[in-house]
Amino acid sequence: MINAVYQLIAPKLIDTAYKEIDLSEDAVILRPINLSICKADQRYYQGLRLREVLMKKLPMALIHECVAQVIYDPRGEFEVGEVVVPVPNMPTQTDRVIAENYLRSSRFCSSGYDGFLRDYIQMPHDRLVRVPEGFDLRVASFSELVSVSVHAISRFEKFANPNRNRIGVWGDGNVGFITALMLHYLYPDAELYIFGTVEDKLNFFSFARETFHVDAVPEDLVVDHAFECVGGPGARPAINQMIDLIAPEGSIALMGVSENFVDINTRMVLEKGLNLFGSSRSGRADFSRTMDIFAEHPEVGHYLENLIGDVIPVRSIPDIHNAFRLDYMRNFGKTVIQWDK
Amino acid sequence: MVIGAIFAGGIGSRMGSADMPKQYLQLGSKPIIAHTIEKFAVNPGIDQVIVLCPKAWIAHTKDIIKKYLGERANVAVVEGGATRNGTLENALKYIAENYDIDDESVIVTHDAVRPFVTHRIISENIEAARKYGACDTVIPATDTIVDSADGKVIRSIPPRHELFQGQTPQSFNIKELSTVLASLTEDEKEILTDACKIFTIKNKPVHIVEGEVFNIKITYTYDLRVANALLGVAEND
Repeated sequence: MINAVYQLIAPKLIDTAYKEIDLSEDAVILRPINLSICKADQRYYQGLRLREVLMKKLPMALIHECVAQVIYDPRGEFEVGEVVVPVPNMPTQTDRVIAENYLRSSRFCSSGYDGFLRDYIQMPHDRLVRVPEGFDLRVASFSELVSVSVHAISRFEKFANPNRNRIGVWGDGNVGFITALMLHYLYPDAELYIFGTVEDKLNFFSFARETFHVDAVPEDLVVDHAFECVGGPGARPAINQMIDLIAPEGSIALMGVSENFVDINTRMVLEKGLNLFGSSRSGRADFSRTMDIFAEHPEVGHYLENLIGDVIPVRSIPDIHNAFRLDYMRNFGKTVIQWDK
Repeated sequence: MVIGAIFAGGIGSRMGSADMPKQYLQLGSKPIIAHTIEKFAVNPGIDQVIVLCPKAWIAHTKDIIKKYLGERANVAVVEGGATRNGTLENALKYIAENYDIDDESVIVTHDAVRPFVTHRIISENIEAARKYGACDTVIPATDTIVDSADGKVIRSIPPRHELFQGQTPQSFNIKELSTVLASLTEDEKEILTDACKIFTIKNKPVHIVEGEVFNIKITYTYDLRVANALLGVAEND
């Protein structure tokens, strides 16, 4: 059957592409319920990526954060009507050591391959994760973003020394909030310190031990480990402040994307014997762990509800533009697209 | 119960191909009708699909369904009628004989040659037919529509913002549709070829469902070229 795929063909220009779906394929067909716009989508939409990158990756449908309903499963493994989150990372090989989201051969929906902005989404069975019953479907739309934080924490568990008394999170945006929230539930005894620049945003972190403006941090403050959720031009001062405040042999998770190279104080990295590790995207296991957390701690969903900004019903391409326009003006929170198309 | 009725009754007299009705021509990797049936077969709101086609094409239609949809239980092939109303009557007769219909049951009728119909359009048809009894899928008219009785002189030019172009699906409460059709004389049946028009003439409200510009009807060879071009299929003249 014919699927309508809403592709970005140039910055701020979306057109419908029609693509065939083969029902005989061993894959599940979904209908999007809600989708959420990510910073990466916005960078493509606004044309903020390098021209060569845009030339290489467009046209493609944007958006890799979505919650959807099963409408057809030839295997019958999923029931019609079940609510699932599709995993945008699509591995083409398996590796016993390297995680699926780091394999260079993996494909990623909305980065060179069509994202979820389409009438039907056809996905292999193993790319679908069930959403706990009764969970807020607006929040579920950005489960992928939560899974990225969960993935970083899983890597932290793998690499970091066992000290878990004080953990610092740099960044008062969505990723900082979600990462801090997940740390709060996974390590309820750890003292969480949040470092940001906007008081209004820092006020959202009510579950943290303390929040600091980056220019007003007590001199004697030390954290065992740190998560960088800043990215962009703010990454440089943030990472260097983390290096200054972290205890010896601490671990720093780097999660923020920067378009430019970042200068860091490697002398102090060496002197303190620090461990800096990168974390990007997530895989199926991280989605499953995320759903387990949602099921086990329903209040997590309530905290995450605070991130919901605009909920935009979309019935047309102009509605999609409107959603991206409103999202661009927002400096905190998530824009949710309610798929009525 | 919700029944999708796909009308494949046309014999393709307007199409370039003399041998094959247009709904069986290839669009992308499969016949047009296969794309259309699939859209209804995967919509969870549809309980049963019936395909109405010329008698001579029943076996062929069954083969296509088997090939592209497998042995699906919820798709039946039924002989259509000589006219659109005849096809509709056959559909209702088949439904009455084979399914348990209640006051809430709905029929979603659709042209086999509109394979670009969307999930939303089908779902909103079901919803509107349930709520209001009848609905039609339309898009706002983009061309100025000119009214002329003789085709030579303009009688009037109605305001464009009040005009819409009809597409399908058209959907109805089954019991209400049966009653309305039964009330028509044979002469009326000849003239009134559009079920929504019948409802309107009988002073029954027909609600509007927003269609899509790309929900095109593949009537002429030109349309098939457009449809294949939309799918990115290279032409082979």
